[in-house]
Amino acid sequence: MGVGVQVNQLNAWFGATHAVHEIQMDITANHATAIIGPSGCGKSTFVRCLNRMHETIPNARVEGTVKIGDTHVYGNGTSAVEIRRRVGMVFQKPNPFPTMSVYDNVAAGLKLNGYRSHRDLDEIVERSLRQAALWDEVKDLLKKKSGASLSGGQQQRLCIARALAVEPEVMLMDEPASALDPISTSKIEDLIFELKQNYTIVIVTHNMQQAARVAEFTAFFLSGKLIEFDKTEKIFTNPGDKRTEDYITGRFG
Amino acid sequence: MLKQMNGPLLKPKPQPDSVAPSPEEPSAPVPRRKIEHKSSRFADAAFRYLMLACALSVLAIVVLIVRELILSSSLARHTFGLKFFVTQVWDPVSGDFGALPFIYGTLMSSLLALILAVPLSIGVATFTTELCPLRLRGLLSYLVELLATIPSVIYGLWGMYVLVPILRQYVQPFLAKYFGWTGLFGGYQFGYSMLAAGIILAIMIIPIVTSITREVMSAVPKAQREAVLAIGATRWEMIRVGVLRNARTGIMGAIILGLGRALGETIAVTMLIGNTPQISKSLFAPGYTLASVIANEFSEATGDLYPSALVEIGLALFLITLLVNIVAQLMVWSITRGSAQRATA
Amino acid sequence: MIQSKYWWRSLQDKLMVGLATGATLVVLVPLVAIFGYLIYKGIGSLDWNFLTKIPKPVGEVGGGMANAIVGSGVILFIASLIGVPMGIGTGVYLAEFGKKRFGYLVRFTADVLNGVPSIVIGIVAWSLVVVTQKHHSALAGGVALGIMMVPIISRSTEEMLLMVPQSLREAAWGLGISQWRTTLSITLRSASSGIITAVMLSFARVAGETAPLMFTTLGNQFWNFNINHETAALPLQIYTYANSPYDDWHRQAWAGALILIILILISMSLVRMAASRGVFKGGN
Repeated sequence: MGVGVQVNQLNAWFGATHAVHEIQMDITANHATAIIGPSGCGKSTFVRCLNRMHETIPNARVEGTVKIGDTHVYGNGTSAVEIRRRVGMVFQKPNPFPTMSVYDNVAAGLKLNGYRSHRDLDEIVERSLRQAALWDEVKDLLKKKSGASLSGGQQQRLCIARALAVEPEVMLMDEPASALDPISTSKIEDLIFELKQNYTIVIVTHNMQQAARVAEFTAFFLSGKLIEFDKTEKIFTNPGDKRTEDYITGRFG
Repeated sequence: MLKQMNGPLLKPKPQPDSVAPSPEEPSAPVPRRKIEHKSSRFADAAFRYLMLACALSVLAIVVLIVRELILSSSLARHTFGLKFFVTQVWDPVSGDFGALPFIYGTLMSSLLALILAVPLSIGVATFTTELCPLRLRGLLSYLVELLATIPSVIYGLWGMYVLVPILRQYVQPFLAKYFGWTGLFGGYQFGYSMLAAGIILAIMIIPIVTSITREVMSAVPKAQREAVLAIGATRWEMIRVGVLRNARTGIMGAIILGLGRALGETIAVTMLIGNTPQISKSLFAPGYTLASVIANEFSEATGDLYPSALVEIGLALFLITLLVNIVAQLMVWSITRGSAQRATA
Repeated sequence: MIQSKYWWRSLQDKLMVGLATGATLVVLVPLVAIFGYLIYKGIGSLDWNFLTKIPKPVGEVGGGMANAIVGSGVILFIASLIGVPMGIGTGVYLAEFGKKRFGYLVRFTADVLNGVPSIVIGIVAWSLVVVTQKHHSALAGGVALGIMMVPIISRSTEEMLLMVPQSLREAAWGLGISQWRTTLSITLRSASSGIITAVMLSFARVAGETAPLMFTTLGNQFWNFNINHETAALPLQIYTYANSPYDDWHRQAWAGALILIILILISMSLVRMAASRGVFKGGN
């Protein structure tokens, strides 16, 4: 089951550049929240602060608090490794492990966490691939096809399966369909509908129609600040802030 | 290899007026330079053939090498046949020559070098690409490259007067005391031994194995590293699964290239290995390599059979290193897909 | 529910990071030790005498390696007369003309040549020059070293030339400049600093080689400027002295080694300076 995410006065820097300013957000459990905004507005950076990926960049800094359920993501005793297992991430460009088979790709996170028995692995791999709506397409070639030999849309679903296999509570998706064709995109969007029931989804997208289709809540970012955060319906039909309205109607970005 | 930025493009000269005469004025006859075209064609062809000759000369050199090796070793080859490579005796006095001790020596010293060098090289490469702060990276790789500039004879000199005494005084007694049960550390502790040769060879091949490993590790895309981190991996796990695993073919190629280098190394090994044609289980025992016996005995080889046997050893060494280098090339080529790409624009 | 054995993985992580750091330190030890000893043992003997005198008779103390330093220079000069033109020519051919199979063959052969052990090259040079001439000579040594320089220079020349953008050549051709003139005046000149770098690198590499000189030049305790006679060479002298039973010669071996590494490092620094200037120099 998914948990909620509370973001409190979050700030992030790349060296001296202040990329994300004073973000205050409560992300509802088991719902999809879309983050929209023009290029360079800090959406990806913000999302990467939620699973502590931002700090892997040299000279990057984060201040503020993020809570996943009851856990302080940046708390003193919290390990980044554990957070990243609980908060899964799917990247813009699919990045399956090319030297591993489909099976091994999905199982990679499990093996790291100590799962050895074939039966356990088989079970979880199948479950994850089913959740990612990829099972039927690969079930016969699980161990024979390499992760990189699938089509773009399949690769992305494989990455989703890989992320799901370690049983996260939150799924972060950074423009997951932007590198894919329309049919694969719609498959991914269908997937998000399914996943919502068990996970909390945060999806970064530059495609407003996608946000409207998929997410119950939408946050509009501009220049590293959170401008407006509300039910998707409200954002797109009756935005409160003029800047939101300008963006939505295409006046910029 | 050093990369150079492209210089500014040549600005084409402005067109002279006579090339495009305006319709109102009577056009002056445009001088045609037919004669110069012809001579340029000749010069072009001559130039091309000259360059071709240079390229062919490389082929010619290798052909010459093979030819000379085969010809000068013919006496020994016909006298001993293939038995040469399995005979253990090396007796110039009686004219009985066998290459087995040298083959053993070459392989053993190179193997020892690899065992010592490869883990260290991968460790250094991992440290410089993944773990060390950015500002140290350049300095560290420069320092490791510096090891590569030291000539073999200096390694040998240092080995003789620094490494060997240390081995004799501290290392060998220590190894014999605690690890003597393995059978690898028995016998007299001369210092000049397979062990000394293996250590110096390891130091000598570390730069090349490290630099290629570093190259292939850096070439692994950032996305792969992030993918591993995102499913909840520790830094080491990220390196293991996301980098080393992706780079393994390249690392294999680096190891084999290092092996090729170790097999052919002559001077440092000759100065440290003890130069005794024997096969012994103990690493403390002196040995002899294919390259060393040539270096030591070629100048004083009398008669016809003796030098011929030495050249046959040279032929054997040539073939072994050729094989290893070809395998290494194939591995490296399979990653980089052959020749460099021509720059566009 | 996943229960990761985090403490064990964290331990592994720290262990591996420690090992990698340790490996780096271990590798730096011989570097420091070798340079340290070279300076420690050699600096005391590096005086004007050493640089200008030739060796004293066996067993006597004193003397220097002047003849070996000069001899090395002579041999390197001969080597470059052979290696540089052939190397650059091959590189030019591969970059400008070499296509398809023949190009691959040449490139492959150059790589093969690069991997041939230097002692084997020594044997071949002995066979080709010494046996034919029936005496040892600096010429034979130069031939051996020259052969070794060819693949190094060729590979770098080709790389440098391939980095010159095609548009530069096309601009020249478009002006009606012939192929050969384009290659010489324009393409090669663009790549010139890189090529010079490669030539100097090959010098540095080949200057320290002992094995190819052992049966070709043989070495000489006296001055010799005749390339058809045995000549002293620095690495060879160091080798002979190191293996001798005389303490004084050991001392001189260290001094000679220090000189050798200083000369090599100087040429490598020149390489670095030329390379960095080349970045900003650009085209003509």
